[in-house]
Amino acid sequence: MALSADESGRLGELLTSRAEQVTQRWTEIIAGQLRGRLSQAELVRQVQELHRALVDALGKGEVDLNAEEATELRAVLADLSRGQARQGFSATETATGVFALKEALLQTLETDQSAATLRDYVAFSALIDQMGLFTFESFVRTRESLIADQAEQLLELSTPVVKLWEGVVAVPLVGTLDSARAQVVMERLLQTLVDTGSPYAIIDITGVPAVDTQVAQHILKTVVAARLMGADCIISGIRPQIAQTIVALGIEFGDIATKASLADALRHVLRLTGVETSRRQPRRES
Amino acid sequence: MERVPILKIGDILLVSIQVDMSDETAVALQEDLAERIVATGCHGVIIDITALDIVDSFVGRMLSTIASISRVLDAETVVVGMRPAVAITLVELGLSLNGIRTALNVERGMELIAIDRADDDHHEEWDDGPVAGATASP
Repeated sequence: MALSADESGRLGELLTSRAEQVTQRWTEIIAGQLRGRLSQAELVRQVQELHRALVDALGKGEVDLNAEEATELRAVLADLSRGQARQGFSATETATGVFALKEALLQTLETDQSAATLRDYVAFSALIDQMGLFTFESFVRTRESLIADQAEQLLELSTPVVKLWEGVVAVPLVGTLDSARAQVVMERLLQTLVDTGSPYAIIDITGVPAVDTQVAQHILKTVVAARLMGADCIISGIRPQIAQTIVALGIEFGDIATKASLADALRHVLRLTGVETSRRQPRRES
Repeated sequence: MERVPILKIGDILLVSIQVDMSDETAVALQEDLAERIVATGCHGVIIDITALDIVDSFVGRMLSTIASISRVLDAETVVVGMRPAVAITLVELGLSLNGIRTALNVERGMELIAIDRADDDHHEEWDDGPVAGATASP
């Protein structure tokens, strides 16, 4: 898909001589599509930058987007799509920004209708397609890295282990529990048990939207591991619908204590440890 | 061959496993422990595995065997100090150390045995008198 030295020379010349006309038309097409979500000045800057990089690349003779000579052009394209991905533009919008050059160029060439021009246009069009695909790929890569970053942040912030009482720790689980998160939760809980020497742990699943067999499996594993270390686990925060799902799925919690609310679980543990809880008249100073 | 030392603390025998267990070491430990339980009349055995990075089915079976032997000799066995990584591995492997009681650390293990003895003495009130085990743990 490379352009020969002749073709790139002719096109480089064309782009340089008609620079103003091409970039203006190019900018117009993109602006029409983005409908004012990018400022005019910013758009003009982007288009001119891309134009300059393209002319530079064409000036070096043979053009192949994957070759060494086109490094700068690739960098400009990658930069452009990265910026658009972060600003929330769609992949189509980003790629069309490159494809718009075709139309702009076609209008410039319409005046001269020889067979040679047509061949040039087809060759150049192939290069633009390649550039468009490259933009697309950079766009997707940026999005993917964004998603990966967010997943990691989620993993970090969603698994606190809190101490409720002397010898009682609790893990309030929030969000969907997949294997990776279950692993983090398990490790953190067990480590906290060792660090604090707490013989009781409460796993609160109020914030877990749905419990399927896999989530139950993860919770059971955590409980069994805690038992192996000599700590007892209580599962709390089971909402009515979840209780129904658990029964419907035939999930067995065996002899693991389950409680409806965290308060119930704490009361249960306190009773086991022999702490007396009783109501008393509220006093003004305490 | 390395031998695992057995320490007597009050009414409890403490075994701290610090070396990789081989067949011979395990058998020697079982023999030594059985003899010490009979000789000292202790009613509790604490096996500390804090130093073990790996607990495989072999070590698991050894712990089960020791627990069974001790139970026959009227001593309660508690395994203490299992590391989180070890516990996770055991769960992933599906090994469940049947019949073994566990505690987080030696202190908790001693409490557990003391509570058990207190319960037992309560049941055997007519034989032993009510207060014998309650002060067993130092």
